[in-house]
Amino acid sequence: MSSNTISQPTSATEPGGFEADRSADSLGGAVRAYFARVRGGDLGALPAILGIVALGLLFVVLRPETFLTPRNMANLADQAAPIIILAMGLVFILLLGDIDLSAGVVSGVCAAVMAKLLADAGAPWYVAVLAAVVTGAAIGLFTGSLVGLIGIPSFVVTLALFLGWQGVTLRLIGQGGTVPVRDEVISAISDRNVPVTLGWILALVVIALYALLQMNRWRMQKAKGLAHQPLAVVLLRIAVIAVVVVLVTAVLSVDRAPAPGVVLAGIPYAIPLVVVLLLLLTFVLGRTSFGRHIYAVGGNAEAARRAGINVTKIKVSVFVISSTLAAISGIVAAARLGSVAPGSGGGNTLLYAVGAAVIGGTSLFGGRGRVRDAVLGGLVVAIIANGLGLLGTEAYLNFIITGGVLLLAASVDALARRRAAATGH
Amino acid sequence: MSVPQPEDGTPILELRGVDKSFGANQVLHGVDLKVYPGKVTALVGDNGAGKSTLIKSIAGIHPIDGGQVLFDGNPVDISGPRDSARLGIEVVYQDLALADNLDVVQNMFLGRERKNGLLLDEISMEQAARDTLAKLSVRTLKSVRQLVSSLSGGQRQTVAIAKAVLWESKVVILDEPTAALGVAQTRQVLDLVRRLADTGHAVVFISHNMVDVFEVADRVAALYLGRMAADIPISQVNRSQVIELITAGRSGDIGIAPAQAAAVEV
Repeated sequence: MSSNTISQPTSATEPGGFEADRSADSLGGAVRAYFARVRGGDLGALPAILGIVALGLLFVVLRPETFLTPRNMANLADQAAPIIILAMGLVFILLLGDIDLSAGVVSGVCAAVMAKLLADAGAPWYVAVLAAVVTGAAIGLFTGSLVGLIGIPSFVVTLALFLGWQGVTLRLIGQGGTVPVRDEVISAISDRNVPVTLGWILALVVIALYALLQMNRWRMQKAKGLAHQPLAVVLLRIAVIAVVVVLVTAVLSVDRAPAPGVVLAGIPYAIPLVVVLLLLLTFVLGRTSFGRHIYAVGGNAEAARRAGINVTKIKVSVFVISSTLAAISGIVAAARLGSVAPGSGGGNTLLYAVGAAVIGGTSLFGGRGRVRDAVLGGLVVAIIANGLGLLGTEAYLNFIITGGVLLLAASVDALARRRAAATGH
Repeated sequence: MSVPQPEDGTPILELRGVDKSFGANQVLHGVDLKVYPGKVTALVGDNGAGKSTLIKSIAGIHPIDGGQVLFDGNPVDISGPRDSARLGIEVVYQDLALADNLDVVQNMFLGRERKNGLLLDEISMEQAARDTLAKLSVRTLKSVRQLVSSLSGGQRQTVAIAKAVLWESKVVILDEPTAALGVAQTRQVLDLVRRLADTGHAVVFISHNMVDVFEVADRVAALYLGRMAADIPISQVNRSQVIELITAGRSGDIGIAPAQAAAVEV
């Protein structure tokens, strides 16, 4: 990195620096650059992908007859969806270098609001869902104002709210009670599947769109002489996405009914929901100035302020986004369990989501992270929970193992950060 | 170095009798300063002489209490950072204000992103950033898509300066741009400062380093305890005279009148 700093701007005949932008056309160069980045502490999605592969292999070996069955894969998707959606919200919070310890119980409050409206008031599903989402947004506005306007550290605000919102859920549901969620549309999120044909059409559309956008961007950058990746890398990425989407669709399109005579096949609706959120939020973070400003505030709040960015507004909006996603996560979790209890969103819900974001590669120190981290990390966490369930591990061991994985991920994050500081990445 | 003939043409920025106090403490006393397009004005002075206050007044962070600011010959009122930015005055502060986790292009356009509807217009921003860097003959960056955290101190300074130039600025104020740099990097930044002036910018360059000042400046403005001791072409003074101006407020027949200087001492 530093070898070029000594070179003098001497002759004016050469067209100027940026040699890396112009010489990035070879696959070998890209691979070398990637390994240099990893060595420099920028691990990206590597730990999560290694985790998914390693854990997958482990449980295939330990439970060959149950883990990789289509039925368990569909179950895994349902299990992962609420974790992933909650973790998506936490990615936004962590990008600012803040934390939301109340995200889990907020999902519980919002689910309770929905369940009460459905069961007691007999409201239609869309009213109940809207009310839950609005509740989430309002809670986010409240939390964000305490953090952004008053300036209380987010750790303290959300620790207080972690306790407070549990009280509200308890009041709504009542001691020892549960409120059932029997609405057909809401239960469909986890009970029903996209018809197999439609599932394949959607899968192909997603692949085609992804390929089109990637190729289009690459062509544009190349045509205008801008920094771009080698074609081989772009094609490889498209191929990987295509293979993953086709594999998932194929496995979930196999009939997984427990008894002959019934057909149970197709992608659970939770998956398209996660994919839509992934696309939408990735767009917001990566392609809009709002997203750019979130990264800037997380990287250097003072620089952002001097650049004319309203730091308070960014903070408050991020908490609104995160709590809204927590509400959606709560709805999905309630659909899966078929009920809401006073403890909904408590226990290990938050730990799973924070773990998912961090395992996926989002930094606890702010400024680094992507929405896809929540998906990859959420899968790791869900595979652990799912696999340990298949092994019949006792609950205490389950807690210890999951807590250990979060600590491991946080250590990787902290060490990567130190390495990055040392190598100047 | 070109033969300095600063008296020709109007200064782009002129301060007349600027006063500034913080409470009972008067920091600037009737300061006059002329800044010319295409010239580098070195602003020198000891710690506490009022250099930082002066540039913050120009930037609108500390609006002035008395006196006049003329921009392009017309009196202007700078009461906030937006006013100075609108006039085309950009300040590069010592701590640079770059976000480490963003790349060079993203930093240069931070807070003023170009958009295509809802979308960020990455292509046009990258091109403009590249053009600006090329215009300043910056050849030390490997990639404009490189994260700022991976840049050396000199490269960061370069990015911060290029960021200021990107906005069609007319006056660029640099607060000790070489203070934390090594020899080679100082060289790069000084070359860049010179090119800024050669592309028609009026540059105000704060420095404690006399070697840097004499290398790059066309004019020197010396502050002494909140008063402008001298604002003259650098060809009229030598290094020891500048140091005298900084430490005593006068040197020979240049500087604050002896009686006044004595009064200031008290």
